[in-house]
Amino acid sequence: MKVSYFPGCTLKNKAKDLDEYARKSAEVLGITLEEIQDWQCCGGVFTTAKNEIATKLSSVRALKDAAAKEQPLVSVCSACHNVIKQTNHAMQTDSDFATKVNNYMAEESLYTGETQVYHYLEMLRDLVGFDALKEKVVNALSGKKIAAYYGCLLLRPNGVMQMDDPENPQIMENFIRAIGATPVLYAMRNECCGGYISMESPDLAANKSNAVVKNAVAAGADMIITACPLCKYNLIKNGAEIPVVYFTEVLAEALGVKEDTNE
Amino acid sequence: MQRVGVFVCWCGSNIAGTVDVAAVAEALKNEPGVVFSTDYQYMCSQAGQDIIKNAIAEHNLTGIVVCSCSPRMHEATFRKTAAAAGLNPYMVEIANIREQCSWVHKDMTTGTEKAIILGKAAVAKVNLNTPLTPGESPVTKRALVIGGGIAGIQTALDIADAGFPVDIVETKPTIGGKMAQLDKTFPTLDCAACILTPKMVDVAQNEKIRIFSYSEVEEVGGFVGNFDVKIKKKARYVKEDICTGCGACVDKCPMKKNPNEFNLGMDNRPAIYIPFAQAVPKVATIDPNACNMLKNGKCGLCARVCAAGAIDYTQKDEIIEEKYGAIVVATGFNPISMEKFDEFAYNQSKDVITSLEFERLTNAAGPTAGHLERPSDGKSPKTIVFVQCVGSRCDACSEKGKEYCSKICCMYTAKHAMLTRDKYPDTDVYVFYIDVRTPGKNFDEFYRRAVEEFGVKYIKGMVGKVTPEGDKLKVQASDLLSNKQLHIDADLVVLAAAIEPDKSARPLATMLTASMDTNDFFTEAHPKLRPVESPTAGVFLSGACQGPKDIPETVSQAGAAASKVIGLLAKDKLTGNPCVAHSNELMCNGCSSCERVCPYGAITYEDKEFRMPNRTTKIRRVASVNPAVCQGCGACTVACPSGAMDLKGFANSQIIAEVDAICK
Repeated sequence: MKVSYFPGCTLKNKAKDLDEYARKSAEVLGITLEEIQDWQCCGGVFTTAKNEIATKLSSVRALKDAAAKEQPLVSVCSACHNVIKQTNHAMQTDSDFATKVNNYMAEESLYTGETQVYHYLEMLRDLVGFDALKEKVVNALSGKKIAAYYGCLLLRPNGVMQMDDPENPQIMENFIRAIGATPVLYAMRNECCGGYISMESPDLAANKSNAVVKNAVAAGADMIITACPLCKYNLIKNGAEIPVVYFTEVLAEALGVKEDTNE
Repeated sequence: MQRVGVFVCWCGSNIAGTVDVAAVAEALKNEPGVVFSTDYQYMCSQAGQDIIKNAIAEHNLTGIVVCSCSPRMHEATFRKTAAAAGLNPYMVEIANIREQCSWVHKDMTTGTEKAIILGKAAVAKVNLNTPLTPGESPVTKRALVIGGGIAGIQTALDIADAGFPVDIVETKPTIGGKMAQLDKTFPTLDCAACILTPKMVDVAQNEKIRIFSYSEVEEVGGFVGNFDVKIKKKARYVKEDICTGCGACVDKCPMKKNPNEFNLGMDNRPAIYIPFAQAVPKVATIDPNACNMLKNGKCGLCARVCAAGAIDYTQKDEIIEEKYGAIVVATGFNPISMEKFDEFAYNQSKDVITSLEFERLTNAAGPTAGHLERPSDGKSPKTIVFVQCVGSRCDACSEKGKEYCSKICCMYTAKHAMLTRDKYPDTDVYVFYIDVRTPGKNFDEFYRRAVEEFGVKYIKGMVGKVTPEGDKLKVQASDLLSNKQLHIDADLVVLAAAIEPDKSARPLATMLTASMDTNDFFTEAHPKLRPVESPTAGVFLSGACQGPKDIPETVSQAGAAASKVIGLLAKDKLTGNPCVAHSNELMCNGCSSCERVCPYGAITYEDKEFRMPNRTTKIRRVASVNPAVCQGCGACTVACPSGAMDLKGFANSQIIAEVDAICK
C-alpha cells in the first residue's frame, strides 16, 4: 500500500530519527511512505484567526497533492498532524474559508477536504492493525515498562482530531502492547510539556515538563515515548531521568530495523 | 351542508396581544357553512363554554371551530362542551392560533392574517366531519410494575392497597434498587435500610403482590386495558419456593472471588449468593458465569449442604405470560461510567471513587462495615475532595457527559461531607461546585448546616486534574471566587457522577411504544398537567426513569402513578379513540404495505369473498384494522398505494380541504 507522506521541517533536521525510523518501519509493515513533492512547512500552529489563510495554504497544498494521487495523507509529527488535520476539517466544514483558499490558490480543481488524514499511530491502528503489527515484531520489547506521552496536540481538539478519548486514550498503550512491552498508565500523559513557552519562560516550561516526567517515573516507567519533537525537546532539556524517545524508534527496534539506520 | 359556529379565544393577551381576534371572527363569518362567529376572553372558562353551548342550541349548530390554543391543551375540554350541548364531540375542530401563531409572531398584521388562514382551514375540515362513536373494550384488572426500586415498590403497594393485584418485575435477584445501597438519606439522615426494608417486607407479605425477581420483560403486546406481556424468569438454579435463605450454601461455596455487584465491586461474593441480608425474596442465586458446577460439572457443594434441597442445576429460563390492564415503568437510573473522565484518574487510582461507592464505604453493611477506609490501603483518609457535577451540565457539543443537571448530587454530597465531618472531625473536607442547587423542603438549611456547623469547605470552581502520586492524590483546581489555582494533596477523591436512565429503558420503550427524550428519559404526556402518564395510553411513569429525582419526589410520583393506575383499573370498560384507520375493502389490493408500516400491529389480512359481475364471486385478500389496537397515527394511509386506507376524523379528503383552504 502506498500513502502520501508529509514529514515536516523538524523531521529533516532535529528529529531525523523520528523520520528515518518511521520510513523503515512502514516498509516492513508493507506500507510505502511517498514523500509529497516540494512540501512546505505546515505552518507550525493552526491559528484560529478567521481571516488568516496564508499559514494554512501549505497544508492545503499537501492535502491536495494526496487527493490527486487518491492516497491518504500520513504525518508523524504531532504538530504537523494537528495543523493538517485541523486545516482539512476547516476545508470540509467552513465554506467561507474553503472558498477563500481555493480562490487564492487559483488552481483548476477545487479542494474541499476529500483527503483522509492519518497520524502514523492511526495508520498503525487502522491501516495496518495492531494485531498485524504484533505478528511482524521480531524483537519484542518484553519487560520494558514504557510510558506513553501524548502531550496536548495529538488528541485535541477532540471534535476535530477524532483520534482517541482525550482524557483516557488507548492508542499508544495498545501500540506499546503490540511491540511486546508493558504500558505504564500515569495521570500526566496528556498534559502539556510547556511547548513554546520554553523560549520565553524556561522555568515555567521546566515545571510542566518535570511534572510529567516525575509522574511517569513514580508510576514505574523506565522509558517515555512521544510523537512530538517539541515534547521530546522540553522533556530532555529539563533533565528527564529516564530516556525519552520517539515512538518510531521503539517500533523500529521491535521490527528489527533499528540498526540499519544507525550510521 | 353543516351549520358551523366559530369561537375565537383571546386567551387573555396570549392570543389577543398579537392577533386581532375580532377581525378573525369577522373574517370567518363569510366562510362556507359558518352561521355564527364570535370572540371571547377565555373560551375555556365556564362562561366561555356557556357561549358555545348556547350557540349550539340557538343556531342549531352541527359543527364547531374553536380558534384557541393547541388541541393537546383543550381539545378534550371543548369536545366535552359540545357533548354537553347534545353535539357529537367529534364535530369539534381546533385551530391552533396560540402556539403556532400568536406566540411565534410579533406583528399584529401577520398574526391576524395567519390566524384567519388557520381558522379557514379548520372550517373547511369541519364541513367534512362526520359524527364518530368510540368503541369500548374491557379492562384486565391487574397491573404490571417494571422495576423494583423504591419507585416500583411504592407504586405496587399503593395499587395493591386499593385492592388490585400487581406484579413487580425486577431484573436483579432482589427488589430494593438503589435505595437499598444507600447509607443515610437527606435531609433527615435516617438510615435508608431502616425506612426501605419494612416496605420490602410489606411487598413480600402483600397477597395482592407477586414479585418476579431476576426476571425481565420480554415482549409486550395489546393495548390499554388489555396488555399481553411475556416475562422471562431467568434461571437462578435455586428453587425459589423451597429455599429458606439460610445461607449455608453461600458459606460453603468455594468460588469466592467474584466482584460483589451490591457493593459495586469493592469486595467479593461467592458464585452462589444472596445480595444482602434483607433481600426480598431472600433466596440464593447462582451466578452461571462463576459456578464451577454449571461451567464444567465439577463441584456440587451447595446442593450437598442445602438442607431444603433447593438447588437445581438443571433449571431453565422460564417464560410467563400474563395479561395486564396497566403498565408502570419504574426502571430507575444508574451513575454514568467514569471511563471518559480520566482527568479525575478514576481508572488509575482505587482511591478515586464515585459517590455511590462512597455510600457503600460508609454503610454499616458495606465492605468496610461502615468504617471510612481508603480502598487502596485501608487507611483512614485525612483529606477528602468531593467533586460535583462530574458529567452533569456538560456542554451540548461535548462528547462526554450529559447536558442536564442530575439534581440529587448537591444534596447527597452535602450529606457525605457533613457525615464525614461529624464522624471524623479531624478530616479536611472540600467540595468543588459549579453552583449549589438545594431547593426543597429543609434542603437549603441542610446544606448551610454542612458549611456553617460542620465546617465543610465549599469552593466554587472545578477540579481540572487529579494526579495519583505515591499514596496521595494531587488535586489541581481553580477557586473562581478568589481567582486562584489550588493544589490539594488528598487521600480520597469522591466524584458525584451524573445519573442516566437504566440501559434497559430504551428497548423497553420500543416494546411499549412509549416515547423518550434524547437522554433516554421517558417522556410524560404533558410536562405540567400529566406528569406521571406516558403519551401511550395505559403506560405510566414512576421515579427516575422520567428524569432525575430524589427519594421524596420519587415516592410522591410513585403514589401519583399508582392513583392513575387505580383510576384506570376501577373502570369496567374503556372508551377508545374513534379516530382510527379503516380500509375500503373494494379498493384494497392486498399489497401489505400498511401492515408493514403499522407500529402497533393493528392491521391483519384476511381472505374475503366478493361479488363479481355475472353472479360470480371471487376470494380476495384484504386488509382489516383492529380498532382497539389502532392508535390513529395515520402511517398506513400514507403507505397505501391504492387509497384504500383512510383515517376517521382525519380523512384524506379533510386534509386536502384544509390544504386547499390555506392555499386559496
